[in-house]
Amino acid sequence: MREILLGGVPRRGLVLLSILLALLVALPIVVNDYLITVLILILYFAYVGQAWNLMMGFAGQLSLGHALYVGLGAYAAAALYVHYGVSPWIGLGASIAISAAAGAIIGFLAFRFGVSGVYFAILTIAFAEFARIGFDHWSWVGGSAGFFLPVANYTRSDLWNLRGSPTMFYYLMLAMTVAAFVLCHLLLRARVGYYWLAIRESPEAAQALGINIFRYKMYAVVLSAAMTSLGGVVFAFYYNNLFPEQVFHISRSIELILGPIIGGIGTLFGPIVGAFVLTALAESLGEIMHAFGIDIPGIKQVFYGVCLLVVVMFLPDGIWPPLSKALGLDGKRIQGGDKPGKSDTGGGG
Amino acid sequence: MAALLELSSVSKSFAGLKAVQDVSFSVPEGSIVALIGPNGAGKTTCFNLVAGVYRPDAGEVKLGGARIDGWRSDQICRAGVGRTFQLVKPFAGLTVMENVIVGALNATAGVREARQKAGEVIEQLGLGPKLDHMASSLTLPERKRLEVARALATGPKILLLDEVMAGLRPTEMDHMVAVLRELNARLGLTILLIEHVMRAVMALSAQVIVLHHGEVIASGPPAQVTRDPAVLECYLGEEAV
Repeated sequence: MREILLGGVPRRGLVLLSILLALLVALPIVVNDYLITVLILILYFAYVGQAWNLMMGFAGQLSLGHALYVGLGAYAAAALYVHYGVSPWIGLGASIAISAAAGAIIGFLAFRFGVSGVYFAILTIAFAEFARIGFDHWSWVGGSAGFFLPVANYTRSDLWNLRGSPTMFYYLMLAMTVAAFVLCHLLLRARVGYYWLAIRESPEAAQALGINIFRYKMYAVVLSAAMTSLGGVVFAFYYNNLFPEQVFHISRSIELILGPIIGGIGTLFGPIVGAFVLTALAESLGEIMHAFGIDIPGIKQVFYGVCLLVVVMFLPDGIWPPLSKALGLDGKRIQGGDKPGKSDTGGGG
Repeated sequence: MAALLELSSVSKSFAGLKAVQDVSFSVPEGSIVALIGPNGAGKTTCFNLVAGVYRPDAGEVKLGGARIDGWRSDQICRAGVGRTFQLVKPFAGLTVMENVIVGALNATAGVREARQKAGEVIEQLGLGPKLDHMASSLTLPERKRLEVARALATGPKILLLDEVMAGLRPTEMDHMVAVLRELNARLGLTILLIEHVMRAVMALSAQVIVLHHGEVIASGPPAQVTRDPAVLECYLGEEAV
């Protein structure tokens, strides 16, 4: 087990990772409630970014409709809780099943009929839009007027029903982010990980080497959808309200992929680094503007755009690959040659 | 010797262009056979028909006596056909080792075993010093060797090599010829190769099949085929005969 989990990870990386983790665990003791909410947002984006990265960064399948899985997961668990009092820990089973089924349908339609690249991305947008419009008219879950979870001032955290303080949600999101990271790390070292990377790099060559590319692409979509839906469950119980116009909106799908793009697509740390950088900077920008009494609607989106532009222009592989090199964590992969590899697949601890 | 690979009356057209017409030949187990012919003769199409990229319009392809035409290329690979691409398709964002591991996973139970097998194959092809290099940083001759290494790692019964000598310097070519010969002699690996470089064809193959306009116009030992008037005509023009 130790060998599977840690084999090949530089010692230095392990030390840094342990320090980072200890820091994150200790953080709620020292920071105020506002910062906790920012950290929850960061961890949420790190988690769903990791889920998206599995599909795009590893298997090379571009989804621009991941809000679909967030929304389905959120609505499924919330509806079961509100209507039947089912604990979200049981409801998440339904969330995973529904999102995985949605992913399987999209994947089947696309991969069976040779829809790939940009056209696949458009298909994912289309399904998210179907859901948005559909949920807008579905009165059982509130339709366009929104769906609300009962809110009360909880004196103590009820983990079983996910009712409680931001600190509880913080630790929950942290646990999920760590679990997603470990899962992706293990997947990359397994057969399925090698096959995904091969498919990403060249589907024809992958197939000629005996890989059933339809099957492995399906694994990627279904797993990514299932993971994303868990993020949706927490989203619903944390915010306590769901509006189809917001949850399923394409801007949500885009927001979710900015972290991994800025952090480094196809790397394990990219989604985490990207979420930290993007959310922390956007929030501090908001705070600074607020302090100066300036209020410009949409400034966050403009800021995201500028960040994306800077990264695309100066760090086309994202922040993590050069950062890991600077920290001495990039292992022994030798780039050399004229053009650098498209991505550093999981290098470093 | 029994035929390992057998094509019987295989045809394939693309929008009216008959790329391969009524082609029949067989590759005996343990042999090295070369497929030659001018550009556009249908050699690569033949490969793609065997490897499952295309489905033949007519005819049969048999591997070890069992029909494989109509199978997907991953199924054909698992049945024991390893192939390289004329235009090399390395996994550019992965290291040499990782590239070959992907191939080796076809014939091994897990990543650990695949890594070991990949290491052996990489050594065999002289790519040892490049183990941790990204495939994108390799030179063309190295990429050709990587292409062979990856196909070989899948543990094939027959290896289809599409112009792996093209672009190699004479010494590199001699190395490749030596490697292929050894694989053939030591492991009994059957090889079908498409080749333009006659020096390599002469050095390697016991039998040569000549394709022209999608049809087999000659076959036999290399020395005999290269004297065949029909072959000389298609390569050098009628006046040269």
